[in-house]
Amino acid sequence: MTVSLHESTGEIRQTTCYMCACRCGINVHLKDGKVRYIDGNRDHPVNKGVLCGKGSAGIMQHYSPARLRAPMKRVGPRGSGQFEEITWDEALSLATDWLGEVRGRDPKRLAFFTGRDQSQSLTGWWAQQYGTPNFAAHGGFCSVNMAAAGLYTMGGAFWEFGDPDWEHTKYFMLFGVAEDHASNPIKIGIGKLKARGAKVVSVNPVRTGYNAVADDWVGIRPGTDGLFVGALLHELFRTQNVDLSYLARYTNAPWLVIDAPGADDDGLFARDDQGRALIWDAAKDGFTHAMDKDAQPALVGDRTAPDGRRLRPVFTLLAERFLSDDYTPEAVEDKTGVPAAQIRKIAAELAHVAFKEEITIDQPWTDWTGRKHDKMIGRPVSMHAMRGISAHSNGFQTCRMLHVLQIVLGSIDCPGGFRYKPPYPKELPPALRPHGAPDHVAPNTPLAGPHLGFPMGPEHLLLDGDAPARIDKGFSWDAPMSAHGMMHMVINNAAQKDPYGIDVLFMYMANMAWNSSMNVPGTLDALTKTDENGDYVIPKIIYSDAYYSETVPFADLILPDTTYLERWDCISLLDRPISDADAAADAIRWPVVDPDRDVRGFQEVLLDLGARLNLPGFVAEDGSPAYPGGYADYITNHQRKPGLGPLAGFRGKDGTEVGIGAPNPDQLQRYIENGAFFEHKLPPEQAYFKHANADYLAWAHGMGFRGDADPVIFQLYIEPLQKFRLAGQGKGPRPAPAGHQDRLATHFDPLPFWYEPFEAQMVDTTTFPLHAITQRPMHMYHSWGSQNAWLRQITAANRLYIHRSVGDAAGVADDDWVWISSHLGRVKCQVRLMDGVNPHTVWTWNAIGKRKGAWGLSNDAPESNQGFLLNHLISELLPEGGGGYRYSNSDPITGQAAWFDLRVNITRADGAGETEPRFEPLGHASQPPSPSKLAYGADFKRGQ
Amino acid sequence: MTSLPKTTAKKMGLVIDLDICVGCQACATSCKEWNTGGYSAPLSDHDPYGADPSGAWLNRVHSYEVDNAHFKGTVHFPRSCLHCDNAACVTVCPTGASYKREEDGIVLVNPDTCIGCKLCSWACPYGAREYDHDDGVMKKCTLCVDRIYNDTLAPEDRQPACVRACPTGARAFGDLNDPTSAVSQSVKDRDGFNLLDHFGYEPVNKYLPPRKGTQHAPQITEGCAPAPLDPSAAGGSPMEKLFAWADKALSGR
Repeated sequence: MTVSLHESTGEIRQTTCYMCACRCGINVHLKDGKVRYIDGNRDHPVNKGVLCGKGSAGIMQHYSPARLRAPMKRVGPRGSGQFEEITWDEALSLATDWLGEVRGRDPKRLAFFTGRDQSQSLTGWWAQQYGTPNFAAHGGFCSVNMAAAGLYTMGGAFWEFGDPDWEHTKYFMLFGVAEDHASNPIKIGIGKLKARGAKVVSVNPVRTGYNAVADDWVGIRPGTDGLFVGALLHELFRTQNVDLSYLARYTNAPWLVIDAPGADDDGLFARDDQGRALIWDAAKDGFTHAMDKDAQPALVGDRTAPDGRRLRPVFTLLAERFLSDDYTPEAVEDKTGVPAAQIRKIAAELAHVAFKEEITIDQPWTDWTGRKHDKMIGRPVSMHAMRGISAHSNGFQTCRMLHVLQIVLGSIDCPGGFRYKPPYPKELPPALRPHGAPDHVAPNTPLAGPHLGFPMGPEHLLLDGDAPARIDKGFSWDAPMSAHGMMHMVINNAAQKDPYGIDVLFMYMANMAWNSSMNVPGTLDALTKTDENGDYVIPKIIYSDAYYSETVPFADLILPDTTYLERWDCISLLDRPISDADAAADAIRWPVVDPDRDVRGFQEVLLDLGARLNLPGFVAEDGSPAYPGGYADYITNHQRKPGLGPLAGFRGKDGTEVGIGAPNPDQLQRYIENGAFFEHKLPPEQAYFKHANADYLAWAHGMGFRGDADPVIFQLYIEPLQKFRLAGQGKGPRPAPAGHQDRLATHFDPLPFWYEPFEAQMVDTTTFPLHAITQRPMHMYHSWGSQNAWLRQITAANRLYIHRSVGDAAGVADDDWVWISSHLGRVKCQVRLMDGVNPHTVWTWNAIGKRKGAWGLSNDAPESNQGFLLNHLISELLPEGGGGYRYSNSDPITGQAAWFDLRVNITRADGAGETEPRFEPLGHASQPPSPSKLAYGADFKRGQ
Repeated sequence: MTSLPKTTAKKMGLVIDLDICVGCQACATSCKEWNTGGYSAPLSDHDPYGADPSGAWLNRVHSYEVDNAHFKGTVHFPRSCLHCDNAACVTVCPTGASYKREEDGIVLVNPDTCIGCKLCSWACPYGAREYDHDDGVMKKCTLCVDRIYNDTLAPEDRQPACVRACPTGARAFGDLNDPTSAVSQSVKDRDGFNLLDHFGYEPVNKYLPPRKGTQHAPQITEGCAPAPLDPSAAGGSPMEKLFAWADKALSGR
């Protein structure tokens, strides 16, 4: 019997996908209470109807046998997987006891870190009200270099901040992206470019995925993108292909820098008595301030300040930097592996498209000075870059350089270029400062402000004397501008009690005992380390996740989360919204299916804990919970400022207000009726030049996106970096301690530059000649994919992909076993030979390797017998440098984990066998057995 | 043995653009997800959480490197039934379970009369048939016959699940018998080709080859420096030239 050709798919409920972080709109078709089908919501701003390979496999994630079923308390040793199910009341009482005791004694002894969470405006606020300085999400080990470099340079970056102008761009460069968080938008965009005949150039050591369909592939050596981009800048400056009027109008290119080596203010901007940077007005032939609307800024020419010191415009310094011999195409071709001729060609193409194929949209607009423009003129070159650029110890400066390249071409927020998405661009300099210095922290007291922010100089560091105030050493001399924290350092720092010990580690949705940590064996030691009394050095671990991951068995208390179809979520403009360049947008998830287990959404639990702990804001005046209706109640009724809540749409009593308005009790219902999202389309006069567009800036101010309507002046030269550099020279109000000085003086260059990644500087690159990197397969998202019965049929084991010449040198062929070794350790794995990879680089798919006992997989699953992780080879600490101190394996500016700095060698391994190192199988007696057969959908047939 | 229709009124099929496909697997999983609850329900999976997970998929994507006279690079190649005009899988069928529809050319299997003898999978040169070990019958791409005529779906959704899902727009569905259809036009414009054409099975589905260069990209040869915006700029070092040009350009505003 077959299903009728006219069979209905049942009721459709629209919500937001969570098969990765892309946040697409989905239609969940429900039949007989089961999920019949999931497809993309055509009206949704993110995916416009399409849905990727992950999203289309959502059914198997929702019904995964690895789902946690009830709260659990650990009863065996950590790692044993011996748990006892307990009630929610017991679990929440226990957590409240642990957390309440610490809060009353010393709140910093709680470390609360969240992983791929999308509710940081709630989790951060909870941690702030609790009063611990130790909170962050996972940005420090993801892509903070890209975000921070962009936010300090131009008030935004890629992905959630902005997109290429897919409709108009003619030349698109993709850097360091195999698959990305912006999963469907990039795919849709590449399809549009191809249909229009626009050119796609990919810069990536590996030619897979998007890079495989690029017109030109630049198979660059990892960690050298800064040299490549620097050489492009060299060529553009050398041939005068820079947008001078754009630079004069929208950037700090004309700002005058004090040139007084040895002085306390060397390298800072010359300023007037109101603190405004000085420029030279060529029309009046005299100084004026940078915001003088009538000035004609000079970009070149040294000036003499009234006190006789030399002042030099940023443009001059920038041109000197990139016209230097360090950045000629010939100088960089060996290190990058990109022939000088190819660099010249790409520079020529960029110049040609930007300046000879400029496009014009007949749309009047008004800039911040009040000047009216009758057209929008665009330079149709655009770029996108992400983790391949970010995840290096030179990533911040490389990301900076990439942003500067776009600015020099005049392609930021113009037709055909990069486009901001509301609420971006944010204020420049960024408005928030970090909180969590010792004088911010006291028992039973909230922090005065949010944890994460943007230091403007050493005065904003979070230090206890010279020591880090945070457990992750964020915002310390180790990583002064660590705007997203350094989650990758928490567990190991806590186990070493460096800078201090903690009492409770509380984590959400981060697989820190496996693929989200560097040095997995070391991390497992840290999680199980005991003191002289036999007690765990990290005494209590609370963990919330939806699935039985490798991390679950190492926690003491498990708070089981729901699947993405069973939960409320709020994808907020206060946080990480889903806007596109033409609309401000936010979204929700709502329980389209009821949980069939004793699980609760983590945000519900956090609100409950907040109330039990009597955290301000979480309890009403009478001490009762402020949000008795749980997360839905919070989403609807919480106000960060009067009228400003988590969701921007359907506010006000009648649901007609946008952005600012009273809470609307029907708001969530309106979202549900609207497809689980809200969007406010921008009028066409606000479409471009958002950084300087008077109408846009005023609107964004009115929406509460920014504190003022001032323009965003792009910072080619970042003064706060110079302040740290001065501290590294022993100068300024807070000089750096001697041991940190060289590192600061070297790396905090206010202009972008390239330096060799630290691992290559510190290990013997003759012994470890190869780079090793990972990519995310398009059909898997980190660890989550392997529990998915369909996705794991596509990839259940990974190989180490090596260039044919590397295979020949090592004497190995496809599927042979090799040892891949780094300065930290070695891993045994199988190889696959290929041509489309940089010959000095080996790579594999990220997070396919699994530990036995996790994710509902059997012990003989390929994931744990052939699948492997490179994480075991990546040290969380750099080798000892001068003075014996070991810095984290991170960017010195932002603390971004330098995953892709890894250097390795490979040698043939004897015989077959299985991957090493081998880890004991994790116990999983609390989980139901996984089925040996699936016939999903048979029920729908029998229904006929 | 089963007969093929002499002609079909329509030749419904897919056109797959190899220039755009990035290998994301959306067509494969959306197909699996739709069809496990649709006409072919279920598409069962064996050992789904064990050592050798396998199941019935009606559409699979292969990615591999190619280095030949026509193309050098990585190809992502989605593979499903091509609904051949001269379908050997039909003519070998001993029970008539495999048949090609006269009205639209879709090749289907009637699960009620399929005896699971697998002759059709041996006959198919494209490896497009999938034996369901649990059901004991042969399964294959139906072109989502339970979607494309399904009046309970919105009209714009009456297309195969793979086409509906494809994020890059690499897949298109239509009547390849109609020369004016968008799919026929793209085959004409882009030199669409038959897979293993010389075998003579006359597949309806077509593939579009990777484009040779882009239409609008600047024609700049390797080794060429960008042309200066203002070739008249004064002599001297590159720095002096740049500054002279900058001075001149901005003062002229």
